[in-house]
Amino acid sequence: MMTGKYRKKSSVKGRLLVFGSLALLLIFIAIFGQFFLPYDPYQQNLSNTKAEPSPAHIFGTDRFGRDMFSRVILGARTSILSTLLLVSIIMILGTAIGLLAGWYGKWLDSLLMRISDFFLAFPGLVFALAVAAVLGGGVFNAVIALSFIGWPKYARLARSGTLAQKKALYLDAARLSGDSTGKIFLSHILPNIAGPIVVTAILDIGTMLMEIAGLSFLGLGAKPPVPEWGSMMSESRNLLTTAPFVTLAPGFAIVLTVTVFNLFGDALRDYLDPSGR
Amino acid sequence: MKFVGKRLLQLIPILLAITFLSFAMMRIAGSDAVEEMYTARGTVVSDEVMQEKREELGLDRSFMVQYGSWLLGILHGDMGKSYVSGKDVFGSFLSKLPATLLLAAFSLGLTVLISIPIGILAAVRQGRLTDKILRASSFLGNAMPGFFVAMVLMQILGLKLKLFPVISTGVNLRSAVLPGLTLSISMTAKYLRQVRAAVLEELNKDYIRGLKARGISNRVILWKNVMRSASLSIITLLALSAGSLLGGTAIIESIFMWDGVGKLAVDAISMRDYPMILAYVMWMAIIFVLVNLATDIIYHFMDPRIRLGEEEEG
Repeated sequence: MMTGKYRKKSSVKGRLLVFGSLALLLIFIAIFGQFFLPYDPYQQNLSNTKAEPSPAHIFGTDRFGRDMFSRVILGARTSILSTLLLVSIIMILGTAIGLLAGWYGKWLDSLLMRISDFFLAFPGLVFALAVAAVLGGGVFNAVIALSFIGWPKYARLARSGTLAQKKALYLDAARLSGDSTGKIFLSHILPNIAGPIVVTAILDIGTMLMEIAGLSFLGLGAKPPVPEWGSMMSESRNLLTTAPFVTLAPGFAIVLTVTVFNLFGDALRDYLDPSGR
Repeated sequence: MKFVGKRLLQLIPILLAITFLSFAMMRIAGSDAVEEMYTARGTVVSDEVMQEKREELGLDRSFMVQYGSWLLGILHGDMGKSYVSGKDVFGSFLSKLPATLLLAAFSLGLTVLISIPIGILAAVRQGRLTDKILRASSFLGNAMPGFFVAMVLMQILGLKLKLFPVISTGVNLRSAVLPGLTLSISMTAKYLRQVRAAVLEELNKDYIRGLKARGISNRVILWKNVMRSASLSIITLLALSAGSLLGGTAIIESIFMWDGVGKLAVDAISMRDYPMILAYVMWMAIIFVLVNLATDIIYHFMDPRIRLGEEEEG
């Protein structure tokens, strides 16, 4: 019995290590990949367009003869880094709102929670579409648009966590010893509610990456020629007949990245809360 | 049913809030709709003509007056004229609605047909290889954006095997297959786990053990008893996803050129056809409230202990 449980725990740890390192590797590629590209991703070569995948061009070349592998790697920068930015924004914003709502309660709580209900239930992409349409294209605007709809999840989590902590005796002790509200937030409540919030954030990376790619696919996110996976797929849509690898390569990059971050998030959740599931 | 009336009344402030917000956002956006319109048409006109057009569209009036007159118009089914085509917004929107409803119904049906047998299979083979493969595919399916699934299906079923048209040839079932399949693959991946759980829960109930003890074959138990009771909760689940389905068709519709409201909205957004975008936002808001209402009613009938309207927990 004991050994079984122990082994289970260690296998969760193994998964966490493997997928954690893979996720880190992807982030590393996103940041530093641009320095190790085999070809210049913007360099056109009109004598070698739509080349099939080969050892020289692993993912082939697009209709301007640009090396797809280099473009997919460079695309990681836009796709992954903008997703990380987005997830950080909604995590911090949502947590702050949830903390305030849970701590101060009363009308502030009802007001903030009604607003979050609204965004939680409204089909997110539609709202993001409207915001992105108003703000115009660009990855940064897509991030802002999606921030509007991403935060309520975190606000709910942080609020219920804060409510649970609020009644704890140790907080009375902290208050009696003269801790300021800010200190109570940062050094007492936050560490205690961070676990589920961080897990949610990591599981959100995949979803948000797909939504940014979706907006870019519609032309409301990243703008060509800057490579971003969604806009790369949309740009090469009509190559599907003649050179499907050009269209599909960025898609596979999306699937791979989302899978890695989802597996990492699952492993982290199981590690932090083995009783769950 | 007093409750339903009350909830429908709640629709009004929500619609007001949403339209006001969208109206304000489009105003803040700062881009001049009239200028955009002529650029989109590719014509160059003098400032006077633009000014005239602005007056004709009522864009020279103050924000609140514009919003107010737009609201008044809605009351008798007038949502203004499209900046791009000049046609009546309400009419063009309604004319595209059946296509979207057809696509949504088609993919919901397809999802039921795919996800229930697969979910039952995974539940029956719990922990075995089949179960693991199915769950892994659902995991993978969740990692695929809709437009990627769409492209893969286009490539395989449309271009390689030439079974279905890649670009819709009009609102017909043959053209609905690829977009419908795309949507239902994503939905199946999303709901497979829940279907499996519902079937497992049913399989572990005492009455199933009783049936087995009486010598009734596994197949009969599975397809007659388990299927019937599990499908109720599964269908509820799917019905509730109809809302997000109706809203989520936008990208897929525009990829497959399916002539529904989603494509209409995407086109309107890229042309900055504000009255049309507002119509779509209204539509989404109405769906959102109606789906929430349906959820509450369904739960009320399934579990009468939930007292509607009284339970107000924050």
